[in-house]
Amino acid sequence: MATTSVREPPVGPLPPVRRSAWGITARRRLAGYGLAAPGVLWLLLFFLIPAIMMVYTSLQSGGALEGYSFTWAWGNYAEALSGRGVFFGRSLEFSLLTALGTMVLAFPAVYWIAFYGGRRKSTLLFMILLPYFVSFMIRTVMWKFILGDNGPLLGPLKDWHLLPTNFRVLATPFAVVLGLIYNYLPFSALPLYVALERIDPALIEAAKDLFANRTQAFLRVVLPLSLPGVFAATLLTFVPATGDYVEAELLGGTGNYMIGNIIQGEFLIRARYPTAAALSIMLMLGMVILTSIYARFLGTEDEVVAAAVTA
Amino acid sequence: MRGVTSGSRPGGHRKRWTRFILPGYTYLLMLYLVTPILMMILYGFNNIPGDRQSARFYGFTLDWYRRLLENPDLTSAFKASVVIAVLAATISTPLGTLLGLALGRYWFRGRGATNFVIFMAIAVPEIVLGSSLLSMFVQVRAPLGYTTILLAHIGFDTPFVAVVVRARVSGMDQSMEEAAKDLFATPLVAFLRVTLPVIAPGIMAGFMLAFVLSLDDFVITQFVSGQQFTFPLWVYGAIKIGIPPSVNVFGTILFLTGASIAGFGLVRSLFRKEKAF
Repeated sequence: MATTSVREPPVGPLPPVRRSAWGITARRRLAGYGLAAPGVLWLLLFFLIPAIMMVYTSLQSGGALEGYSFTWAWGNYAEALSGRGVFFGRSLEFSLLTALGTMVLAFPAVYWIAFYGGRRKSTLLFMILLPYFVSFMIRTVMWKFILGDNGPLLGPLKDWHLLPTNFRVLATPFAVVLGLIYNYLPFSALPLYVALERIDPALIEAAKDLFANRTQAFLRVVLPLSLPGVFAATLLTFVPATGDYVEAELLGGTGNYMIGNIIQGEFLIRARYPTAAALSIMLMLGMVILTSIYARFLGTEDEVVAAAVTA
Repeated sequence: MRGVTSGSRPGGHRKRWTRFILPGYTYLLMLYLVTPILMMILYGFNNIPGDRQSARFYGFTLDWYRRLLENPDLTSAFKASVVIAVLAATISTPLGTLLGLALGRYWFRGRGATNFVIFMAIAVPEIVLGSSLLSMFVQVRAPLGYTTILLAHIGFDTPFVAVVVRARVSGMDQSMEEAAKDLFATPLVAFLRVTLPVIAPGIMAGFMLAFVLSLDDFVITQFVSGQQFTFPLWVYGAIKIGIPPSVNVFGTILFLTGASIAGFGLVRSLFRKEKAF
């Protein structure tokens, strides 16, 4: 897929034209509006209106049985938050560990592929991505199966008395983070690979010619140049992981619930829509604030989109 | 292997074994990543007495492949998933393509805002999209089910198609279309005979991405599904009573299909010296 020129195209000044410049400009503009109209309408219908509806829902009061009505019930936010700090905290903690874990696991591998992969580069990258052709739900279920208390991994170890019989991995925070790291690894590996692959090896040679040893060349040339990839990788793993609830439910159980489990429960099980909507909005606002602070320090929005393109 | 040539430096030879660390690590990582998949495939052959998966491997059988379609609920959930994925990809591809074209080469009022909405749609946690869509469907009292799932899938597929097509469009050399126009092609002909063939791989990639995203989606689908099941939703529901081995078989089939299509593309690109951009 395209790895170059994903940045904004030059749309400002038009190329020199021989025909009536005004006519062509007007035509181009009309064409732009015409092409964009259906898609923009669709985005309005399925992103902006739902978002407004969610805010509207979050300000309603009432009950699941008697129905809800709009009352500017700002109290929903305070009520939704009370006692939920621990879940927000756990989501933050697990997603940070996910972002960090995927990066630490993926970086050495994609570094090797990008710099020493030679002609096998795309084959090796394909091997890394291969497991992700299996659907997300099945991958998670398989981890639940593998890590089960008497599953194919722990069962034999217990039979050989290498582990105490009450030893378990499931229902621990470790299992949740393991599942999250596994599922989000490609979102880290791909942007890192794209960033590393773009680095000209001649730059490293140049650093060595200037008497840098390998560590210095890595720290002062490769690492700074890979920062856009690092930025995209952390965002693409951290942000989606904060809202995730599948790993927490299947691998962690009630003791390891994240904020996503609470939102899902309020929405789909208890049908307490205003509370659930309020929590969802706070999650989103929290993410927007955190990512914009992070973007100030490390990169720009373009790089995230660029990473998403390659994903 | 540039790393090895630095052996001319004093002490370089002493460290030579270290050049096996990175490749060794990479292959170990691949092994870790592929383990659940191998387990999935293996346990699809598990000759268990009942029809719920167990940790014990009783021996090989092809029974689960033969009896693949015996569970009507699972089969209809799988069918629903495939039909929704095909429809969602088919509808979101033209929508996303037009959007990608407009964003890639035209200026229009609200272009920045549109780019921002697309960025948000891709970056925001899925649960936020799921809950906002559910809020809307609840507010307008739309009955949840097949239609709402399809609408939601078209919704989240479109931005991805748009981003993929936009990348292809902005990588394209615009002078080609200008040249066609200089040779008296009408704008429509220039588009159909020059622009479209160049961006076609992007459109195709967008379609495939939309199809896969839709087939795989769990979170948004769960929020807007009502009583309708898709394959991931059915698997999720079956966890409490135990997964039948047919799920492993369906998973294996999906995996082999996806991997071979992608593998085919990879092999073709390795053999063809076409300069991709």
